[in-house]
Amino acid sequence: MTQAETVASAPGGTADGAARGGRRRVPNPDGIWPWLFVLPTLLGLAVFYFWPVIQTAYYSFTKWGVFGGAEFVGLDNWIGLAESGQVPRALLNTLLYTGMLLLGIPISIYIASLLNRPGLRFSAFYRVLYFAPFVSMPAAIALVWGMIFNSQYGILNQFLGIFSVPRIYWTSTEWVALIAIGIVGIWSSLGFNIIILGAGLRSIPSEMYEAARIDGASNWRQLISITVPLLSPSIFFLTVLSVIRGMELFDLIFIMIGDSNPIKGDTQSMVSLFYREAFISNNKGTGAAIAILLMLIIGALTVVQFWVQRRRARS
Amino acid sequence: MSTTTDVATMRRSRRRRKRRAGAPSTSNVGAHIILSIGGFIMVFPFLWQVVMSLSSTAEVTSVPPTFWPEELHFENYVEVFRQVPFLDQLWVSIRVTVATVVGQVVLCSLAGYAFARMRFAASATIFAVMLSILMIPNQAYLIPQYQIVQKLGWLDTVPGIVVPMIFSAFGTFLMRQFFVNLPTELEEAARLDGANSFQIFWRVMLPLARPSISALAIVTTLAAWNNLLWPLVVTSREEHRTLSVGIASLNGQYVIDYPVMMAASLMAMAPILILFIIMQRRVIEGLAHTGLKG
Repeated sequence: MTQAETVASAPGGTADGAARGGRRRVPNPDGIWPWLFVLPTLLGLAVFYFWPVIQTAYYSFTKWGVFGGAEFVGLDNWIGLAESGQVPRALLNTLLYTGMLLLGIPISIYIASLLNRPGLRFSAFYRVLYFAPFVSMPAAIALVWGMIFNSQYGILNQFLGIFSVPRIYWTSTEWVALIAIGIVGIWSSLGFNIIILGAGLRSIPSEMYEAARIDGASNWRQLISITVPLLSPSIFFLTVLSVIRGMELFDLIFIMIGDSNPIKGDTQSMVSLFYREAFISNNKGTGAAIAILLMLIIGALTVVQFWVQRRRARS
Repeated sequence: MSTTTDVATMRRSRRRRKRRAGAPSTSNVGAHIILSIGGFIMVFPFLWQVVMSLSSTAEVTSVPPTFWPEELHFENYVEVFRQVPFLDQLWVSIRVTVATVVGQVVLCSLAGYAFARMRFAASATIFAVMLSILMIPNQAYLIPQYQIVQKLGWLDTVPGIVVPMIFSAFGTFLMRQFFVNLPTELEEAARLDGANSFQIFWRVMLPLARPSISALAIVTTLAAWNNLLWPLVVTSREEHRTLSVGIASLNGQYVIDYPVMMAASLMAMAPILILFIIMQRRVIEGLAHTGLKG
């Protein structure tokens, strides 16, 4: 949503401006002021964002010596990424996590629809409960969940033990650790999803529900036939955002899969691998290649989502 | 966008009227049951964190678990200050958050206002190019940003953590979206009174932008306080790190007890959590605002 809407609305701004005055006849009343207003931001963005992206792209074709000198090595880093096996696996992990985050959206829709029932009491109280994880520090949350998932004395295994579920090594079994991280990811993103969906829900006229009720539609039926279709702009926005957030998974995996974890090698995300390569192993070239690859993948996924959304809107 | 919001508010007020008029027709018992069970799951980790932080190490690691400690070990909270440089890190986090928020609010409202309200050469093109940053993940500029901060000698300092973060394409976009929708009459009236462009911005427009400023401040506060990767990269000494990095580094340290770890993590997230729960209504409005506009 961010990109399409903004690109579309950007020229709108000048159109307004032109309509207001007619460019030639009225002298520009602002003079030098607009440049004083935008220059600090533009310079900062150029120095800290634009130029660095170009540099990173260049670095992905270089190898770094111990003393920092960069040497052009062509596609070596990129071939290395494909051959290492670590990057494809990190990419798969990241995509799986992103998929799990997307599962959080239907849950959020359901809960948001309950929270926005007309005349529901204590809804402000419930909202705080669902909202708290979203504003809590991910690093702290990851530590707490690490304790809950602890295989030996974690409360979750103890609880499951009541139903005679055998002990699960949540954070030290391949794939299972990813599920554990996905659960935490969903848990902490629900609050934000519910807020966005709540804003969308309030713009659905209550007459529609009343009409449906008169026709004898069940709550479930109303959810599927009224709520979900009318929420689709918010749902689309959350989908795009969840994909970006999911692909940038770092905090949870970095803390929950510590350095002493036996599955550390197989359970990395793209960003945690980037961090390890660029800042721990000091392979800035490989790190840069991972970052550029991630950028391309996020870009491609976003384009695909907009394409799907546009096709659906047309049909 | 503005028409949809108008329709939305109209509908909302209509619904509010209706709600007052008649009692809810359906029973909400089922909804309450589901919401309470879900709500319990949502807050359980916090409750369990509090319980663990007040237990002894033996109780935390006992099987079967002790659901309530025999006596409350408040001394775990005191231990935090002895085992980690908590106060130093708290001070770093506060400075980083305040500086990032103030910097972003000032720079983004200036630039956002200019893009929305002023005429200058190529403004639409510049704006579109600027927005392309939103497509790019942080990692793609992290290495060169690190090099810049290193060259400036800002590693392990608050400016090193803050400076790249005060420039925000998203924030500028958010502020522009707000200013673009303000009526032109105010501006014209002020101009007739002889105000210059800066005075119009400062005296007339900025005071109106409070909802957007608070939305931006909310998003930035969360990001600055909770951010992990960037402060992790540019700091190395324990006492110069933010709380987020400090907490992250507790993991896997065998010198620290679990209850103390829980107490530290609770204290690290408490300030923002409490602040945001107190300001719940405003925060929710602010986030919904950024979501709808962004």
